[in-house]
Amino acid sequence: MLEVRNLHVEVEGQKILRGLDLKVHPGEVAAIMGPNGSGKSTLSYVIAGREDYEVTDGEVLLDGENVLEMDPEERAAKGLFLAFQYPVEIPGVATMTFLKASVNAQRKSRGEPELSTPDFMRHVKQGAERLEVNPDMLKRPLNVGFSGGEKKRMEILQMALLEPRYGLLDETDSGLDIDALRIVSNGVNALRAANRGFLVITHYQRLLDYIKPDVVHIMSKGRIIKSGDAALALELEKNGYRDYVADAAA
Amino acid sequence: MPPMIRREHDAERMLGEQFRAFRPADASAGRRDEAFTLFSEAGLPSRRIESWHYTDLRGLVREALPPAPEPDAATIEAARERLAAHAVPGAARVVVLDGTYRPELSDLSALSAGVTVTSVLDALSTGDLDAGLAAAQKLGQVESMLALNAAFLQGGAMIVVAPDTQAAAPIELVMLLSGRAPAATYDRSYVKVGDRASLTLVERHASLGDAKSLAATVLVAAVGDGASFEHLARIDGLGPQALHLGTTLIRLGADAKFEATTLVATGGVTRRQAYLEFVGENATAHLYGVSLLDGKSHADTTLIVTHTAAHCESRELFKHILDGEATGIYQGRVVVAPGAQKTDGKMLSKCVFLGDGANMYNKPELEIFADDVVCGHGATVGALDDDQLFYLRARGIPLREAQALLLEAFASEAIETVSVASVKDEMNDRVGEWLRQHGR
Ligand SMILES: Nc1ncnc2c1ncn2[C@@H]1O[C@H](COP(=O)(O)OP(=O)(O)OP(=O)(O)O)[C@@H](O)[C@H]1O
Ligand SMILES: [Mg+2]
Repeated sequence: MLEVRNLHVEVEGQKILRGLDLKVHPGEVAAIMGPNGSGKSTLSYVIAGREDYEVTDGEVLLDGENVLEMDPEERAAKGLFLAFQYPVEIPGVATMTFLKASVNAQRKSRGEPELSTPDFMRHVKQGAERLEVNPDMLKRPLNVGFSGGEKKRMEILQMALLEPRYGLLDETDSGLDIDALRIVSNGVNALRAANRGFLVITHYQRLLDYIKPDVVHIMSKGRIIKSGDAALALELEKNGYRDYVADAAA
Repeated sequence: MPPMIRREHDAERMLGEQFRAFRPADASAGRRDEAFTLFSEAGLPSRRIESWHYTDLRGLVREALPPAPEPDAATIEAARERLAAHAVPGAARVVVLDGTYRPELSDLSALSAGVTVTSVLDALSTGDLDAGLAAAQKLGQVESMLALNAAFLQGGAMIVVAPDTQAAAPIELVMLLSGRAPAATYDRSYVKVGDRASLTLVERHASLGDAKSLAATVLVAAVGDGASFEHLARIDGLGPQALHLGTTLIRLGADAKFEATTLVATGGVTRRQAYLEFVGENATAHLYGVSLLDGKSHADTTLIVTHTAAHCESRELFKHILDGEATGIYQGRVVVAPGAQKTDGKMLSKCVFLGDGANMYNKPELEIFADDVVCGHGATVGALDDDQLFYLRARGIPLREAQALLLEAFASEAIETVSVASVKDEMNDRVGEWLRQHGR
């Protein structure tokens, strides 16, 4: 289980997360919705191990183990994966080189043998096909000049190759056209498994039509203020956040 | 330059004695005397000369090392072994050992038709220097070290590519130092690329030993109209007691193309300077380089690019990775003469520090005397991008490996244009190896 307990996070002295509690069980898809600036990306970055945040209280437990003291690479090897809201461009590093480095680094740190190049290539080709990623893109520098949608597909391709325990998807749907939304959602659904959980951050109910959540959380001002089933997302779509945000401010 | 009152320096006095002992009594004596007089008037370059501010030879050179003697049989054998371990496939090879051209170590069998290579001492003794080469050589007349090089000239190669010759085989010019005893070497090579001809020259400087050394090495190139010249240089593995002063003087004709990539990965003090002049329209010059510096090493890249003709393009891109207490210097001057309209000149110097004891000095200068030009420069100094590092680490790539990936990418941008695959791979591999040696 991925569990966030009473998480308090500050950036430059400003409180962003204020006692956030959250559980994602294996096999479960949990969605987080919430107004801009409520701290959704901050939560995902803190779970993944980005350094600019100060955790002033709380824990993030992966199967009972606190990951907050771990380096990002260690968390990744333990099975945490963040699909970035804004994937980073890395000039000069070929996408294929990067994919191989990350797959093998994780295998190595788990004590598994590195994949041979042909095995790896086959693996990537299959994944790329499913996500309709043009194989030529794999030769290009990572994310450089990729369209918004291409970047998001590349994130999901990485997730498919890395087979994490928990996938955190930060607005993976933003910037996707209608077809890409379906392709990416299918890619995520294909990875759904009894031992794998997802935390899906989104602003739009539409994504949740494709990736059916087991639970929907509403986040406001750094806290989960309401949780419910898939119907909650539909209700939000209709009424917006105003009922909830007013509560949270109180 | 107005005469300066200058106290004679120990090294300068020693050089005078050495010159009198060295001066061969042959037809070159007059030329050598003239050159030595020029050197004596100016002396070793010091911080008083702006372009030598950061590499003050009067401060660095305490004693003048004697000119290297002719290599003995054992040295030649050692050189032969080293050379065997390392060759550019398909290239002709010209070897200069301790300053002198060694035909017995060279292999000209792969030379393309229309290309000739001769000993520079022979070439200079038998005829006048080609007018284009003489003009190119003049670009460096302000440099006293070039006068010193001319006075003590020991050897080098005269490479001539006939007009309309596309030399398919690169020429490898290997400058080896024996490094057995403290010594100075003075070599000079000439490259004449005829009109519409093309040549790739792979220059490499290395040392077999770690003895104290001064290498004053000069390359003079004249690139004809419509010709192209690629110059790939690598200064690698010289010891901490090495002082390497490499100068390239190059003149480009109309529609000419010049591509240069220099990799410096060495200890001691290195100064690579290039004077380049565009004398015909529509020519392009790309000067790229990577410096990998550690310990107390010091590498100075100084470029003086003069746009005399209109419609030419110059690009400079230099990457520096500094560790330890190393010092990096990048001085790039682009001069656009009156009338050199439509000049397109850009330079960029980027530095990444691995530790916090290193220093980088960037001095870009534009001197523009024409009004319709596009020129610019930029310099960055600092660390790797945190967002990029986090992204890689979030995918499971350990910090050091993530840094190495980013640093290799950083350097490879300046190696990208190298046309000889084996040389390009070697340069990239060398960057990777250097990074691993430095814990990345
Ligand atoms: N590095 C930072 N420096 C300063 N403020 C930050 C930083 N990171 C986040 N914040 C602030 O924290 C708050 C939460 O930001 P976050 O990106 O987590 O919101 P979000 O819920 O993901 O919003 P969106 O829906 O717009 O993506 C915002 O007010 C933001 O400005
Ligand atoms: Mg966000």
